Amino acid sequence: MGVITISLLTMGGIGLLFAIILLLAYKKLAVEEDPRIKEIEALLPGANCGACGYPGCAAYAEAIVLEGVPFNKCAPGGAEVVEKIAKVLGVEGVEVGERKVAQVMCQGTDEAALDRAIYHGINSCRAAHFTLGGDKECYWGCLGFGDCVLACPFDAIHMTDKGIPLVDRDKCTGCGLCVEACPRDIIELVPISQKVFVLCKNEDRGANARKYCDYACIACRLCVRNAPQGSMEMKNNLAIILDHKQVDGEAEKVIAKCPTKSILKLVDDEGEFHLPPALEGAKIVPTLKR
Amino acid sequence: MAILRGFKGGVHPPYMKLTADKPIRKAGIPEVLYVPLQQHAGAPATPLVKRGDKVLAGQKIGEINGFISANIHAPTSGKVKNILDHPHPVAGRSTPAVMIEVDGEDSWVELRERGDYLNTAPSEVVEIVREAGIVGMGGAAFPTHVKLSPPADKPIEFVIINGAECEPYLTADDRLMREYAEEIADGSYLVLRAVNARRGFVGIEDNKPEAIKEIRRAFKKFPQFEVVELPTKYPQGSEKHLIKAIIGREVPSGGLPMDVGVVVQNVGTARAIYQAVRFGRPLIERVTTLTGDAVAGPGNYMVRIGTPFRFLIEESGGFKEDPAKVINGGPMMGIAQYSLDVPVIKGTSGIVVFSAKNVILTQEGPCIRCGRCLDVCPMFLMPTTMAKLIKAGRFDDARKIGLFDCIECGSCSYVCPSNIPLVQYFKYGKAELRLRRQR
Repeated sequence: MGVITISLLTMGGIGLLFAIILLLAYKKLAVEEDPRIKEIEALLPGANCGACGYPGCAAYAEAIVLEGVPFNKCAPGGAEVVEKIAKVLGVEGVEVGERKVAQVMCQGTDEAALDRAIYHGINSCRAAHFTLGGDKECYWGCLGFGDCVLACPFDAIHMTDKGIPLVDRDKCTGCGLCVEACPRDIIELVPISQKVFVLCKNEDRGANARKYCDYACIACRLCVRNAPQGSMEMKNNLAIILDHKQVDGEAEKVIAKCPTKSILKLVDDEGEFHLPPALEGAKIVPTLKR
Repeated sequence: MAILRGFKGGVHPPYMKLTADKPIRKAGIPEVLYVPLQQHAGAPATPLVKRGDKVLAGQKIGEINGFISANIHAPTSGKVKNILDHPHPVAGRSTPAVMIEVDGEDSWVELRERGDYLNTAPSEVVEIVREAGIVGMGGAAFPTHVKLSPPADKPIEFVIINGAECEPYLTADDRLMREYAEEIADGSYLVLRAVNARRGFVGIEDNKPEAIKEIRRAFKKFPQFEVVELPTKYPQGSEKHLIKAIIGREVPSGGLPMDVGVVVQNVGTARAIYQAVRFGRPLIERVTTLTGDAVAGPGNYMVRIGTPFRFLIEESGGFKEDPAKVINGGPMMGIAQYSLDVPVIKGTSGIVVFSAKNVILTQEGPCIRCGRCLDVCPMFLMPTTMAKLIKAGRFDDARKIGLFDCIECGSCSYVCPSNIPLVQYFKYGKAELRLRRQR
């Protein structure tokens, strides 16, 4: 026998031996995985945004099947995904909430809002807010560095040349990451059908608020007085919508008297979204001032 | 024989003590004072007055709220016009303040002078200090009665009186030591007795020879005290570095000076304690240095708490040049202001006003890994690494390498050739971690 034959036999033998060991191990140590996990994972959008509260889509799929957590938590997937998951799990009659999108509740553009100083430091909203509060006179206003833009995994919120971000309602999945990123709690998740919004978060006295920003809520109460009983209230010098359906019903009457255009009907009766006056003609800027 | 003692790290900024030769002058009292209810570390005081109340100088208008808090007193007599949100020099926003319409009479509440004040019982000293609303006057404004009440398991061996005043431009403590050395000495002795310490030290940087002379003379009557001349280096006035330089002990990470048996008090605080114990006068005024190239009348002023910066500047001669930056405190650790309406508070050691010539706005560049920040950090931290972790959102990792040991002295930002606002990163990181702990 030649050297080649011996080598071939030895190597082949070792290979065969290991193959058998592997085969036995595979049979003996096999882990049963619920096939539904893989199926559900494939249905989920795969953005790993974390809006459901789990580290990613795979983890959420596993939690649905193994721990039985509610499967309607995927905001990006929406109703469609929930229905498909229901089919996989064999559940019927699942209620799906209305789709929500993010809305920036501030009109304090560079033009409209007063600056109190030149801010010179880290170009991040959170860093500016948590150190001394940034350059705006209004302590509740948008700082405009775009922490929300960086937080969005769906490219659904962009900075405009006016210094206030704008949400792309078609792309927004309502995952809420921008809401968390904003240190001033300016961004809120709103039902897609909601029409009327108070685009201000300023809690200062009316006289100050008026000085700080052209579009500030000055706590004059006109909207609250014209809104259906109990659908709006004044809290900390700020108008708050409690029941948007009632307010939307009387939209024209509620917003008509607002002297600063801080309460607005942004979504018309056809469901079309219109820009607030402060953002009219705003262009999306590709890079942030960072 | 003088042995120069010191610490490792730190920087030598231009000291610019322009006002060192200007005697302390009494500033006028404006028509309206704004007295913030939060002038100290800890919880804000609870207001004791309401709109329309008449108040006398020295009358308590804010009640201490919890252990770490401080009383607030009316700086002069007048009428409470309102309690409203007013710009605050340290908070960066408006906070509740008592607005007092001054009547110009400056009539005081009844004060009782104590005869043998140096023999006041220690517990009584602590009580008087607490009642008088005394806080650390070096800048951090930590309530003094807390420092004077160490827990029983932490006996105090040494008292250190801090006259280092390492911040550039500021000369308030320097002048105070030259002009009120006797009062500082008596106040220091009261501190020593209050905490039952064995020995005392006064630490002064060697760029203040006059102050050293005066303090040496005044402390002769107290053999327990030794006056120590320290090499001039920033941040010598940090209490941790003062302890290290004078008695060679290191405050453990996360600890307080009392953990190594030391209490540190600023010279201004010592004087306030003397005033409170001997005359019963609460803390309603302080010496502050008004300086910088944009003011016409730089100097050291005895100012009532609540006096707006604008009033003090105008009274002293106004601006010589257009102001570009106004700082509460010194240029290294002080806070830039957004309004001249902010009032002088208990911790306002200086008001520095720069013209545009002295304000250089730079862009943050990339870290070039030169390591200068590591060389100068007096706490032996790694500023560049911590800043990078914070930038990446890894706050917990920054905490693990010592974020909370940072004393925010600004030495790293001062030397960084890439102009990285390192201290802002650390302040931000600490705020973010505190927020997470709350949740």
